[in-house]
Amino acid sequence: MNRLLLLALLASPLLADSAPSMEQRMTAVEAAAKSAQLSGDNAWMLTSAALVLMMTGPGLALFYSGLVRQKNVLSTMMHSFVLMAVVTVIWAVYGYSLAFSEGNPFIGGFGYLFLNNVGAAPNADYAATIPHQTYMIYQLMFAIITPALISGAFAERMKFSAMLLFTVLWSTIIYFPMAHMVWGKGGFLNAYLGGKVPCFDFAGGTVVHITSGISALVCALYLGKRINYPREAMKPHSLVLSVIGACLLWVGWFGFNAGSAVAASGLATSAFVATHFGAAGAALSWMAAEWVKHGKPSMLGGISGAVAGLVAITPASGFVQPFPALLIGLLAGVFCFFMVTAVKSKFGYDDTLDAFGVHGAGGTLGALLTGVFATKLVNDGLKDAPLGWVDGHPMQVMNQAIGVAISWGIAIVGTLIILKVVDMLIGVRVTAAQEIEGLDVSLHGEEGYTLET
Amino acid sequence: MKKIEAIIQPHKLDDVRDALKNIGVDGLTITEVRGHGRQKGHKEVYRGMEYEVDLLPKIKLETVVTDDRLDEVTSAISTAARSGKIGDGKIFVYEVLEAIRIRNDDRGDIVL
Repeated sequence: MNRLLLLALLASPLLADSAPSMEQRMTAVEAAAKSAQLSGDNAWMLTSAALVLMMTGPGLALFYSGLVRQKNVLSTMMHSFVLMAVVTVIWAVYGYSLAFSEGNPFIGGFGYLFLNNVGAAPNADYAATIPHQTYMIYQLMFAIITPALISGAFAERMKFSAMLLFTVLWSTIIYFPMAHMVWGKGGFLNAYLGGKVPCFDFAGGTVVHITSGISALVCALYLGKRINYPREAMKPHSLVLSVIGACLLWVGWFGFNAGSAVAASGLATSAFVATHFGAAGAALSWMAAEWVKHGKPSMLGGISGAVAGLVAITPASGFVQPFPALLIGLLAGVFCFFMVTAVKSKFGYDDTLDAFGVHGAGGTLGALLTGVFATKLVNDGLKDAPLGWVDGHPMQVMNQAIGVAISWGIAIVGTLIILKVVDMLIGVRVTAAQEIEGLDVSLHGEEGYTLET
Repeated sequence: MKKIEAIIQPHKLDDVRDALKNIGVDGLTITEVRGHGRQKGHKEVYRGMEYEVDLLPKIKLETVVTDDRLDEVTSAISTAARSGKIGDGKIFVYEVLEAIRIRNDDRGDIVL
């Protein structure tokens, strides 16, 4: 429309007798510039939304399913895949509204129920240069991957029906309120839109990784160990799948973090760079730790480190410079290695795929380090106010710690209640016979690999 | 007739097959198996979890020969499969009661 108008105006001297005034021309140019920005930002944000869905679809599904035993490969993929459908429905009906419409500091209202008032016109509070629907669908992809991350803790032993009910309740009671607190207008922790405690979380360190990682630990403890764990060898059945999945996660994470700039801006570039550096640093440091401790660097260590780095850089990605990002990655790799090896074996919980050790631990470390390294040189969203410790504002670490504590608290209490309810209604764990047979056959009636011809 | 069953290292299979071909042994059957003798296994580590893998991949090779060729064939196999290290495998020899060619019901040494 605007381009047509501009063309018409430029062509008009030839057609009309009176030339347009300077003012008319300026208006047309401004409209064209705005339209160009809308096109650019919208293209990037739709791409980012697709990238984030790719993290769940092939990414997490492959990463996780390669780590389980062959008899559970499909059930593990199903945990990720089915959420792409389930969360979408509840997001459309009430999820987006509870997370992003105006409500109280802890949860949104009903303004966007059934996506009412969510159309092509931008929502200036969240993203002034893209259609509101683009923002809605982008945020949906985050709501999908977060509960999928938890499935790493209960893989190989949770009932499918219980997993569905658990996820719906978990999204409703934990994810939507948490997203509202950190990113929603008027949210308690929102640093930009009137929060009481400004906690920096660029792309979901608290909302996504801490909530899912801590809930994962609660799930692992509540469900108990897999039969014969750790006496029986439960080796990953295909690290090849896991490597492909982890690399898809790495690429998809650019949509997750750089997309969180909600524009094709310099900030998006900065977040893109920080994300990549964080992943690289942690991949190296995890492998190095392993090399020292066990004598060999492993492929599984490399990809686990990369994911840990991506987790840790998530809250910081839009606030830190490249070298602090690398440092956050290096620290996250060693820290998460310590959590999934030493701490897990000391306490003996069966966090099957280390959702807690990577997402809970890495997310917590990243959220705190964001308070240290956040700088206005990268993100001037708060004008000239200093952001983190490096800007001379050490108190920000405390704000981050409050955000972390709230996330931990909600995740622990909420998940315990949800598990109790689900357990009472339908039971959370499969029978021993089903577990031994494998969930692919016992719950889904199919096998992942049929290699006979 | 004797049946020779040799458990060998997988990477020695081609050498053994060449050796058998050179002395004119035409028929053989191989199976991919796992096992161990006195050889130690190896350690695998997945995110800090250590697993002792002591069932190692091996090849089981079976062939049936006439009595007079037994020594020739077993020594061809052991020469070709030998690296001199622990884990090279073993050869077992069994009596065979009868051999029958399915195509035409031939019996005895002629089948081999």
